[in-house]
Amino acid sequence: MYFAKVAGYPTKYAKMSHSGTNKGVEAMLEVEDLTKNYGDFQAVKGVSFRVNQGEIFGFLGPNGAGKTTTINMLTGLAKITRGRAALAGMDCSRDIKKAQGMMGIVPDESNLYDELSGFENLCFCGALYGMEKPDRERRAGELLKEFGLADTGARPFKAYSKGMKRKLTIAAGLIHQPKILFLDEPTTGIDVASARQIRQLILKLNREGATIFLTTHYIEEAERLCARVAFIVEGAIVRLGTIGRLMQEAQEETVIQFSLNSRVQEIRKALEKEFPKFHIEFTGGSALRIRSPYSVELFPFMDFFRKHGLPVYEAKLLRPSLEDVFVKVTGIESHKMVKEIEKGGGKK
Amino acid sequence: MRKKWIAFHSILMKDMGNYYLKPPNISWGIIFPFAWTLMFYIRSQSPLDIREILPGVTAMAVLFGTTSMLAVTITFERKSRSFERLLLAPIDINLLMLAKTTGAILFGIINAFIPILFASFLTDLSGVAWLPLIGSIFLIAVTSTFLGLFVAVAVKEVFEAQTFSNFFRFPMVFLCGLFLPIQSLPLFLRPLSYALPLTYGVDILKTAVNNNGHLFIGLNFSALILFSIFLFAFSTRKIKEKWIH
Repeated sequence: MYFAKVAGYPTKYAKMSHSGTNKGVEAMLEVEDLTKNYGDFQAVKGVSFRVNQGEIFGFLGPNGAGKTTTINMLTGLAKITRGRAALAGMDCSRDIKKAQGMMGIVPDESNLYDELSGFENLCFCGALYGMEKPDRERRAGELLKEFGLADTGARPFKAYSKGMKRKLTIAAGLIHQPKILFLDEPTTGIDVASARQIRQLILKLNREGATIFLTTHYIEEAERLCARVAFIVEGAIVRLGTIGRLMQEAQEETVIQFSLNSRVQEIRKALEKEFPKFHIEFTGGSALRIRSPYSVELFPFMDFFRKHGLPVYEAKLLRPSLEDVFVKVTGIESHKMVKEIEKGGGKK
Repeated sequence: MRKKWIAFHSILMKDMGNYYLKPPNISWGIIFPFAWTLMFYIRSQSPLDIREILPGVTAMAVLFGTTSMLAVTITFERKSRSFERLLLAPIDINLLMLAKTTGAILFGIINAFIPILFASFLTDLSGVAWLPLIGSIFLIAVTSTFLGLFVAVAVKEVFEAQTFSNFFRFPMVFLCGLFLPIQSLPLFLRPLSYALPLTYGVDILKTAVNNNGHLFIGLNFSALILFSIFLFAFSTRKIKEKWIH
């Protein structure tokens, strides 16, 4: 059990929260009209959203979009110019120190102490939240084990690999059993295997009831992990919703892909003659795609292929990815966003 | 209250272990006052001179030990972003900064007693007013540490912390009456001397060791306390403005 339970609410919301906006579900974090001005420059322009209890909420946006400024305002590292943020019903701006006691914060860079061992770092972080020595030592041991760092717990932090450092930093964010975990770019700048492990850990935490606010520029990561996402561009939220709903909105046509065999080119003309209302696309190799603005009935096609002696190995409905949705909504190519951030050393 | 104490104690212990009790700093703490003592000893003509120079060496040991250490450690932690972890913890800024500065204050106090220990082997320290001496060492350590905090708030890089510390320290050493009596300074420099906390600390030390201070001891203590309050309040206000912006 990583997170504090809120009385009266079950902890496993992950599946449910994919299905809608979760009206009626307890909000862990409610943000209204959150604004940040730096002089004349408005870094965050009145963003509003809620993070439901037990869900992973993704905050996606390019470099300089306002993701970190938003996190900083929510966690008390930046003052709120206008608006309101409430954590578990408590106004953060009124008593940020009390709110900070309920938050686990994992910054985009591992910021633990080089000279301290993994175990000592976790214990120190526990002490910052007022945990008694036996409690923080027990919990540090549990977390090291859970994060696969038990064998290296006595090693100084500076001797850890980047992936291990990230894992320990996440563990440090969990030491005091927070109500919500803020994860800022958790997999940026680490190797593929460690990133995969961290994603699995995030999903495991969520299955166990964790409420997670995640910022990332890896759209695929958000698609895999998040229940709902918000796209933030130039300080404003341009789209917010469940992954499913956003994809549905972006689906302008039905695309069915058939995997046949190499003889597929031979039936091209006959197919186009038989189904003139559909746009048929030969992708090369043994596959073809049928595009239509309406639903596509499969059986006429199956019959056609059978009549022409073509075996059908697979027929699948192609849905737009979250990346397609992001590009459509923001007009920003996601690979450019990743390149831009990685050029900057993973910093936003 | 208990939770606050746990956090305070942990920050203090971490800083002591991580910074102040590291071998290079222990050796600095010993070598620096030892070098100053030796330098003055070589220059001095009789055992009485050791007692004459003791207030100055003690004050410098505290000043140099505390200001740069705190300024450097805080700037270093800010650069590595580990300081952010402290700002994000549910600890009031004032308590947090007290925890951060207490380590440096203790380090300064320990540094101060090294020349006194040396002096005790070389000269007779009977007649020293220990209570004002300890009180002044404590307050010099507090004001110097808070001066280090003031420096830490003003700089961004570790090397700037060192440079900026020296910008305050060296004029202070020459203007506080350590080497030259304030009365012998040019008239236009004297107000500046009285605007420096070290002047009051050194005056108490002079009174405590040799009974030759020239200011009222109560005024000296009051001035040091006021400097401490001002430097701490100003620095924590700046932290809130600049680091939580």
